[in-house]
Amino acid sequence: MTVSRGLVGAQLAPSSKVGDRVFKWLTMTMGLSVGALIVLVGFTLWRGASPSVHHFGSRFLTSSTWDPVQEVFGALPFIYGTLVSSLIGLVIAVPLSIGTAVFLTELAPPRLRQPIVSVIEMLSAVPSVIFGLWGIFVLIPWLRVHLFPSLQKLFGFLPLFQGPNYGVSMLAAGIIIAIMILPIITSVSREILRSVPDLQREAAYGLGATRWEVTRIAVLSYAKRGLFGAVVLGLGRALGETMAVTMLIGNRPEISASLLAPGYTLASVIANEFSEATTDLYLSALFEIGLVLFGVTILTNALAQLLIASTAGPKTSRAVQ
Amino acid sequence: MSANITTAQPKKEDKPLTTENNQRSPLAHLASAGRAETPSRSTPVSEVAFEVNNLSCWFGQQQAVYGLNLQIPAKAVTAIIGPSGCGKSTFLRCLNRMHELVRGSRLNGRIRLFGEDVYGPRVDATLVRRRVGMVFQKSNPFPTMSIRENVTVGLRLNGVRQRPVLEERMERALHMAALWDEVKDHLDLPGTSLSGGQQQRLCIARALAVQPEVLLMDEPASALDPIATMKIEELIQELKKDYTIVIVTHNMQQAARCSDYTAFLYLGRLIEYDKTVKIFTNPSNKQTEDYVTGRFG
Amino acid sequence: MNTISPYHTWRKVKNHSMSVLSFACAITVIAPLALVLFYLIKAGASSLDWHFFTQLPKPVGELGGGMANAIVGTLMLLALASFIGVPVGVLGGVYLSEYGSERVNWWIRFGADVLNGVPSIVWGIVAYALVVVPMKGFSAYAGGVALGFMMIPLIIRTTEEVLLLVPNGYREGALALGIPRWKIILRIVMKTALKGIVTGVLLAVARIAGETAPLLFTAFGNRFWTHHLKDPIAALPLQIFSYAISPYDDWHRQAWAGALVLILIIFLINIGVRALTRGKFSGATR
Repeated sequence: MTVSRGLVGAQLAPSSKVGDRVFKWLTMTMGLSVGALIVLVGFTLWRGASPSVHHFGSRFLTSSTWDPVQEVFGALPFIYGTLVSSLIGLVIAVPLSIGTAVFLTELAPPRLRQPIVSVIEMLSAVPSVIFGLWGIFVLIPWLRVHLFPSLQKLFGFLPLFQGPNYGVSMLAAGIIIAIMILPIITSVSREILRSVPDLQREAAYGLGATRWEVTRIAVLSYAKRGLFGAVVLGLGRALGETMAVTMLIGNRPEISASLLAPGYTLASVIANEFSEATTDLYLSALFEIGLVLFGVTILTNALAQLLIASTAGPKTSRAVQ
Repeated sequence: MSANITTAQPKKEDKPLTTENNQRSPLAHLASAGRAETPSRSTPVSEVAFEVNNLSCWFGQQQAVYGLNLQIPAKAVTAIIGPSGCGKSTFLRCLNRMHELVRGSRLNGRIRLFGEDVYGPRVDATLVRRRVGMVFQKSNPFPTMSIRENVTVGLRLNGVRQRPVLEERMERALHMAALWDEVKDHLDLPGTSLSGGQQQRLCIARALAVQPEVLLMDEPASALDPIATMKIEELIQELKKDYTIVIVTHNMQQAARCSDYTAFLYLGRLIEYDKTVKIFTNPSNKQTEDYVTGRFG
Repeated sequence: MNTISPYHTWRKVKNHSMSVLSFACAITVIAPLALVLFYLIKAGASSLDWHFFTQLPKPVGELGGGMANAIVGTLMLLALASFIGVPVGVLGGVYLSEYGSERVNWWIRFGADVLNGVPSIVWGIVAYALVVVPMKGFSAYAGGVALGFMMIPLIIRTTEEVLLLVPNGYREGALALGIPRWKIILRIVMKTALKGIVTGVLLAVARIAGETAPLLFTAFGNRFWTHHLKDPIAALPLQIFSYAISPYDDWHRQAWAGALVLILIIFLINIGVRALTRGKFSGATR
């Protein structure tokens, strides 16, 4: 009486076990490809860079001579340029972004929120090269004719604004970086602020605080670490920006105190010179620059992710792309 | 509640049944037989669908079921009752090897389905689940499929391709689920376009289409209105002619209405298991009596 | 309680000015987009004619010509990249959502986030070492590899998120029917989440459509039609870049036109995505 009245005829195959195993193995391989990619990138860069590493050692990071003809390569101007342009970008973008995030989460009427959020999303969709194009033909002329002369007139006593005014400069690159990292810092900050529990706000309101005070006391200080993470994330993005920066920074491998002077970044030198590198050592030096860039951005982004996760929890760090 | 009804006791073979504690209720002396009775049958051949030996199971470190022993008869309705958290659903899920899908779960003991060990070393859980169907508390018809596709999905995804076979099975399953008349003209509408009660019957049809031998039901009507509930209960009475049914319910009246046998679980232990009539009129165990008379739970 | 202290007034003033200030921030953030789009349309729209879409670039010094090969090249590169990025990304996302352990998954997610932060030019270097060097030349394949690698971490994350949204009840119901696990995932779970998966893929495509840096020394660019994928290939962003930094006014004009086409493609994809997800997610309350 224990006839199995299973399926019509079909004997359940070992195929189901095989199918399950194959599929699981397949998806696992794809999932682990992430680790494989990281290793691949690191290994490829290291292999390409090692001639240069062995040749120059630590002088690579401290010397400011970049001479392809003599085959002497020092990356200090690029490190300097990357850091300074990114810093300028942050200084401009961070207050604006956090202010906007505060506006969107605490102050804006609901009807206004979605349009502004959409606009910011659209801004993040604009490719770097288009910002560069706009930068060359719109921003730079305006800077050269209007802003820079004013800066020189007002603050010319500072070494920051001295020297000839070409338009293409560290400051121009910093401004375009600021525009490009605004969306990411704003949207992450907004997620962080949203994750602050309402109870915090209510507690402050209950004490008779004004809206700004509630924001300052209950929201911003609670979200401090996460907001700092958003800033670091913006920094990570800024460090890797290539095209727009290359088009606006002047591409001169020199360290200058003036923000109005041309400069060069790690990403830009690769973009400009990689396909023209004539000798093996030249190419290897560019690989090494890529390795430095890779290492710096990985550390920065890892730090940012940890900071964000610690405030807002794993769900928010997922929303961050 | 005082027991005036004596349970009918036709001849039957002795089946080993144990309860955890053989406490006697004050009403026990009113029963014609003062001990737990073995289940009786109207059909002459009594078959055991599930034989459960010393079943214990855990969620990680937390034990949910303690040494359960019982036999579930075939082609009858067995109800599992008990207060929340007593392990009824957990026990049910051990019967079709769904418990092991929870991370960290563990299981001990033996369950035999018509004589075959369900947890045997070479037994494919997927096969077990085809012979033991399940209907859930919250109906879950697949949203991307029509009514027709929903009913036949168990067959199609297991290799049955011939159209006439699928059509015939689908029709039969929908008839058995008492849904055919309501949907026969809209078989290509999405499964989710039906009402709650209809969706649940769709899920029953879906489960029946693969022709299981047993149908497990985990609080199938708890999310439904009284009319839909009544339809499901009527359906159960029809289905038991061909299927073994095990139903978990927190609704005692439903258990009393629907089932032939009832098992009362409390805190993971089987307190009493007997014919439904006896459990609800003359339970042998004080705890059972307290529960069915509403003193706790 | 009748006298309002000067401190209280100061608090009110501060409150109000902060509101104004943050509103000003929002305006400042929106302004660049408005400015960029304005100039794009102003400088580029007039150059968008039939010739632009159908002609090849003219030799240096000659006026006119178009970006037909660059537009087609971009589309081909996107297709190549998707070939690599979509299967790996989607299946990887499936693993994260349906299989895996807590610890392994955490590391995979962390790795994907790290990869998302790698500058795009570094991907170009990797593709150069992997494809250009062995093939001894620039090619569409190299460009596709660079862009495809970029897509993987993006798609893994979006696929995982979308799959996790599928209610567990469906998986349970299917398991109870005795359907093998892999069929459940493929035919039921993924099918339910299909819209979301496609959305994630489209967003990744829109992301890489505008990437220039990884193509600089992989696809390299081409002033003619590419007939074999092992040859260098033109791409819209590459063309925009080389025209923009050139000294010729006519090329500048075409660069604007190309930029307008590029941004239109990207915006179209984004609008398509929004249309797909309409109604799925209710508006955020904050």
